Amino acid sequence: MVASSSSLKLQDLIQEIREAKTQAQEREVIQKECAHIRASFRDGDPLHRHRQLTKLLYVHLLGYPAHFGQMECLKLIASPRFTDKRVGYLGAMLLLDERQDAHLLITNSIKNDLSQGIQAVQGLALCTLSATGSAEMCRDLATEVEKLLLQPSAYVRKKAVLTAVHMIRKAPELSDIFLPPCAQLLHEHHHGILLGTITLITELCERSPAALKHFRKMVPQLVHILRTVVTTGYSKEHSISGVSDPFLQVQILRLLRILGRNHEESSETMNDLLAQVATNTDTSRNAGNAVLFETVLTIMDIRSAAGLRVLAVNILGRFLLNTDRNIRYVALTSLLRLVQSDHSAVQRHRPTVVECLREPDGSLSRRALELSLALVNSSNVQAMIQELQGFLESCPPDLQADCASGILLAAERFAPTKRWHIDTTLRVLTTAGTHVRDDAVASLTQLIGGAQELHAYSVRRLYSALAEDISQQPLVQAATWCIGEYGDLLLEGSCEETEPLQVEEEEVLALLERVLQSHMSLPATRGYALTALVKLSTRLRGDKSCLDVELQQRAVEYNTLFQKYDHMRAAILEKIPLVERGGSQVDEEAKESKETAQLSEAAPVPTEPQASKLLDLLDLLDGPSGDAQHPRPLDPTPGSALIHLLNLPCAPPPPAPIPNLKVFEREGLQLDLSFVRPPGTPTLLLITVTATNTSGGDVTHFICQAAVPKSFQLQLQAPSGDTVPAQGGLPMTQLLRILNPKKAPLRLKLRLTYNHFGQSVQEIFEVNNLPVEAWQ
Amino acid sequence: MQFMLLFSRQGKLRLQKWYVPLSDKEKKKITRELVQTVLARKPKMCSFLEWRDLKIVYKRYASLYFCCAIEDQDNELITLEIIHRYVELLDKYFGSVCELDIIFNFEKAYFILDEFLLGGEVQETSKKNVLKAIEQADLLQEFQKLL
Repeated sequence: MVASSSSLKLQDLIQEIREAKTQAQEREVIQKECAHIRASFRDGDPLHRHRQLTKLLYVHLLGYPAHFGQMECLKLIASPRFTDKRVGYLGAMLLLDERQDAHLLITNSIKNDLSQGIQAVQGLALCTLSATGSAEMCRDLATEVEKLLLQPSAYVRKKAVLTAVHMIRKAPELSDIFLPPCAQLLHEHHHGILLGTITLITELCERSPAALKHFRKMVPQLVHILRTVVTTGYSKEHSISGVSDPFLQVQILRLLRILGRNHEESSETMNDLLAQVATNTDTSRNAGNAVLFETVLTIMDIRSAAGLRVLAVNILGRFLLNTDRNIRYVALTSLLRLVQSDHSAVQRHRPTVVECLREPDGSLSRRALELSLALVNSSNVQAMIQELQGFLESCPPDLQADCASGILLAAERFAPTKRWHIDTTLRVLTTAGTHVRDDAVASLTQLIGGAQELHAYSVRRLYSALAEDISQQPLVQAATWCIGEYGDLLLEGSCEETEPLQVEEEEVLALLERVLQSHMSLPATRGYALTALVKLSTRLRGDKSCLDVELQQRAVEYNTLFQKYDHMRAAILEKIPLVERGGSQVDEEAKESKETAQLSEAAPVPTEPQASKLLDLLDLLDGPSGDAQHPRPLDPTPGSALIHLLNLPCAPPPPAPIPNLKVFEREGLQLDLSFVRPPGTPTLLLITVTATNTSGGDVTHFICQAAVPKSFQLQLQAPSGDTVPAQGGLPMTQLLRILNPKKAPLRLKLRLTYNHFGQSVQEIFEVNNLPVEAWQ
Repeated sequence: MQFMLLFSRQGKLRLQKWYVPLSDKEKKKITRELVQTVLARKPKMCSFLEWRDLKIVYKRYASLYFCCAIEDQDNELITLEIIHRYVELLDKYFGSVCELDIIFNFEKAYFILDEFLLGGEVQETSKKNVLKAIEQADLLQEFQKLL
């Protein structure tokens, strides 16, 4: 027997728990008291049971286990005393949800309590049922609740209606029982019952198209009800800040939205009322704005008149200017949802939206960013990007990536001039370089490559940017690539569009070396720098031979260095070969090549398997004009791999007077060749293969292989990618370097394999009509 | 509404009302994470945040945070009114309510809430009626004691 006098009163228990200085102390107090409670449940006075349970519920709130109280809840619920039921039902709601085995045991008690006469007790039962009733319980008790809908007591009716809502959620088939009473219930004057009925009808309509159709007939009645609520004078009981029962208004508006959606007639019936509510609701406090907000949502979702839609968007625009940031938040969220469907209406509020970029609250500025990006079009692009660049400079780090890619995307879509596009991209790379997506570099190099008139400009700007900061990898990669491609333009003369910049060879080389050496440079970046150095060796007018030797030495050094990265799956560096002119040095290459690797995002490395495919290709080239030669890379000895240059985003080489040639077209996929004979290297021919796709389906797993006659040497650079996106997406390019020491007529055979429209395709063909300038 | 939580600035739970069935473990996890998230918000931030697939509406009254989880189609602004109405009801009942009242009379806080919301929906929009109902129930309780 435990003396009940040593057990604490609720208030004292709470006090003692609060006074505990440590978690351990608290636990001790609670464990001690729980022991008393357990004992009391076992043999204590039933009159005090409710007090014991209340204590237990308190410790449960603090996170302590209370499952031993579950059966006590049942006992208390079954007791005739109201005090017991009150605590018992509370306990049931906290401890006996539908996952507990004992849950169903309360069904009988609830049933009894529903049908007895005291409305407070009925209320408790309904409350518990609607908070935690399982589907099974709901089915069992549906008819009881249905009966209560007709009870004289408004208090009971209002609870019964909402209990019905819960029952339908748990057991949708019960809709059949609760649909018929709705018509009658809509005539109620009691706000609580009316509100519950509207909620019930909403629930029914959301679950069943038949119910939806049925209740559409009541739209006029609902409109009337809402109008009455709105226009009836000030009812102190139900009003908040001068707005009549905003809870009821909002619920009716929501139901109207569901009923008016995709239904002309219903939408028209509610048009006037919506306009009235939209214009007359007091907006000085949150309650009014809540109603207004719901009205706007309804207007935008139904088939409302154009004028009404504009009104709604303007309300949202006004919300954006509200001092209450909660209002601004819902406005931004809603405008974002509307920006596609009502673009021009939302555009009118662009200046305000842009202002919201300056919000200190991250969730608001994020929305403002999304919305701003959605509002960029060809006429406002320059101004908008200016704002967004400003935002990019100061925005929180978690928004930088999205902002940067947003700007780049918008620039790609709407750039008024190529130069502006390049400038914009450059600025993004300088500001937020570490946050841009991988393809930004590829896009920039493509962009520059395709704008011959801007080569000099681009290389100068990139050079200057690089000279200032070699830490931002995408910028460094783009800049080094550019220097490699157009280094000659950098060194010669001046460009009108930039400030005069006298750059010496040594400076350029020194900068590239710095990039190579820097610990901040990723392996990929080093690759770019090395390639740039290599390319420069073919383009610079200086003392090339010692440059070559230097580079050879570098290459060997770096190869050792790069082997350290071999264990990294993501970015393994490639061994650098040297670009040599003439055939004699080719053997050197063979000696120097070791393992190959591949840089991050670009293209797959052609490996041994591809070597055998090339063999196939070459068999076919054994034709009338003599045998074809294996492309240089093929080597029977195991372990030696193909020689390729470092991956680069392939840009078309500087345009040459040799005309382009379309060589292939099938179902929207087209292949064009462009030819360049770099000055100073008469035996070198650079062919760029460009694949474009105007069809509706992506081309994937695209591989292009080439074969040339025996006296030629062919090096296939890795392609820019293996996917050619549909609808004129980013073309794929691949560079072929062909040495033709004997100046023989060029023959070229191509083999394509790819997937398109779910089919795998293989095409092999010889290129006809090769321009004579390609080899003469 | 899916659930409502009341907690102090130290993260101590003062009331938890769940309108969806979840295991004790899940409830604890949600509570822990959400409390952390809300307490990390700065004073100048708005009352709404997106958390998992729910919208969270919260407001601080003195030392207590009132935090509701609503669904995507629910109106955030009216939820703020729901929270405010509940606070008003507590205030009227306890007479200038403070956190201590809710700590020492937690069961009353639940009873009041259960006269205002039912199954996660508003059941009574008249402050007067809610308070009257509580009064009646309290009287009934007292009356039965005398028997």
